[in-house]
Amino acid sequence: MYKNLSEKLFNWLNKRLPVKAFYEDHMSKYYAPKNFNFWYYFGSLAMLTFGIQILSGIWLAMFYNPSSKEAFDSVEYIMRDVKFGWLIRYIHSTGASFFFIVVYLHIFRGFLYGSYKKPRELLWIIGVVIYLCLMAECFFGYLLPWGNMSFWGAQVITSLFGAIPIVGDPLVEWIRGDYTVSGATLNRFFSLHVSAMPLIFLAVIVLHLTALHEVGSLNPDGIEIKENKDSNGIPVDGIPFHPYYTVKDLFGVSVFLFAFFSVVFFKPDFFGFFLEGPNFTPADQLATPEHIAPVWYMTPYYAILRAVPNKLAGILAMGAAIAILFFVPWLDRSPVKSMRYKGILSKIALSLFIISFVILGYLGMQPPSEGKTLLAQICSLIYFIFFLSMPILSSIEKCKNPPERVK
Amino acid sequence: MDKNNVDIRKRQALIVASTIVGGIGAGFAAVPFISSWLPSARAKAMGSAIDIDVSNIEEGQRITLDWRGKPIFVIKRSKESVETLSSISEKLRDPLSNETTQQPAYAKNIHRSIKEDIFVVIGICTHLGCVPLYKPKKGEVDSSWVGGFFCPCHGSRFDLAGRVFKGVPAPCNLVIPPHKYLNEKLLRIGEE
Repeated sequence: MYKNLSEKLFNWLNKRLPVKAFYEDHMSKYYAPKNFNFWYYFGSLAMLTFGIQILSGIWLAMFYNPSSKEAFDSVEYIMRDVKFGWLIRYIHSTGASFFFIVVYLHIFRGFLYGSYKKPRELLWIIGVVIYLCLMAECFFGYLLPWGNMSFWGAQVITSLFGAIPIVGDPLVEWIRGDYTVSGATLNRFFSLHVSAMPLIFLAVIVLHLTALHEVGSLNPDGIEIKENKDSNGIPVDGIPFHPYYTVKDLFGVSVFLFAFFSVVFFKPDFFGFFLEGPNFTPADQLATPEHIAPVWYMTPYYAILRAVPNKLAGILAMGAAIAILFFVPWLDRSPVKSMRYKGILSKIALSLFIISFVILGYLGMQPPSEGKTLLAQICSLIYFIFFLSMPILSSIEKCKNPPERVK
Repeated sequence: MDKNNVDIRKRQALIVASTIVGGIGAGFAAVPFISSWLPSARAKAMGSAIDIDVSNIEEGQRITLDWRGKPIFVIKRSKESVETLSSISEKLRDPLSNETTQQPAYAKNIHRSIKEDIFVVIGICTHLGCVPLYKPKKGEVDSSWVGGFFCPCHGSRFDLAGRVFKGVPAPCNLVIPPHKYLNEKLLRIGEE
């Protein structure tokens, strides 16, 4: 009788809301290639970190006070007086860095297996938009503790807009709401950080998943599983996302959380990489920290900015370094998708790119010197050459034939 | 007119017209939201002019004031430092202050000030907005140092008139704020 009743209830619901169809489309009858490997953990882990940030962020906003007089003290209040406040804050601060780690690995997967190639161009572009959202969200959030590095970081980044000819200076005043970064800036950044950006973020994530489930997931061999279907219209090389990949991802989640909470509990500042030392003193508009460096996840772009001796050109180079990601689907003209079947030139190019990106990240944290600036210039050059040489390399190199089916 | 008696041209004209009118309306509706980000009346009031008595400043002394949240350096230069200013032109990017946005017209001269000795400058590096250090003595930073401002962030160098040296990241001279003398002693910063 109960079974009958619950069935009836479900039918009633289903006629009014497509629960069953939604579940089938995206879980039990969403077919993913059966040969996913390690690199395919990071999409779902990025969703997990997003969830962690939303949850811990909502709780932080219950105790935080976004006024320039109270902000720094309210963070100390969270750390010392609020029960488990330290844990919630460290989860949020560690979450920001882990979000970037996961997203960088996710993007690397895209380069490795050609996840941006037709028909996934839009999926890739939406992904780059998510990456931009993430950077904006972290930039706004970084001002909120109102430490001295928060203050000067915001001062430096907002002053970048001042390099734009004619409208630059009024634009900077408009962004700051004052003649310098002030309480007005803090208030608006708080609002953007906790309401506008998360809404946009969520919308773009939904778009990313919708586009993914429309074109289907790619795999390390670059095989389109939809091209080989059985008599029921099910891809022969596909397996349902649930339960197969939900279980696989759960394993990834447990390993991830182990690493995540090791940092949260034992090294929350992560040697000054996740929480920077100067940010433990309150914002002081008359005293710059000895050396201003952004948090590690922004440093590659900061190094590119500093590598160019002209301010406006440096800003343009930094912008171009991010904007060029949007064009990757059309720069790579290779007949194959996966790095497994591309030629040696593409493999060398990708390796050099990763190495120079990491070196740029290191240089962006260091105070500049002549030798370091030269190294940053070389690495910036490699960064751009990687993208601009894509159409040339992919047309001259010899590729292997990818298999028709997943082995 | 198509066969259903629909005037397609008229329909398109109406769609275009309502899109344009709606778009203009949305543009006007955005005005209050965008304007609200401009400096508020309070921020403007807080940013009004400040006065300082310059007669008590010792030679070589630097006084730091807060105007609009920016550090303003008021410095009394020695005779010797003022003389040095005219001898280092070839090492500077803009020795004659030709970049008009960096100072008011009355400070477009070798010493970049109204009075030769009293120097008023915004202490914010023109590279990325750090506060440069005041190093007035010769050889204080390295052997070639003639006295001036040194930015600890990215190593930009300026002389004692805030003029930028060649070969450093900062693109232009330090900014001179609007200022005037109310009388022999009293200096007003923020008004011309």
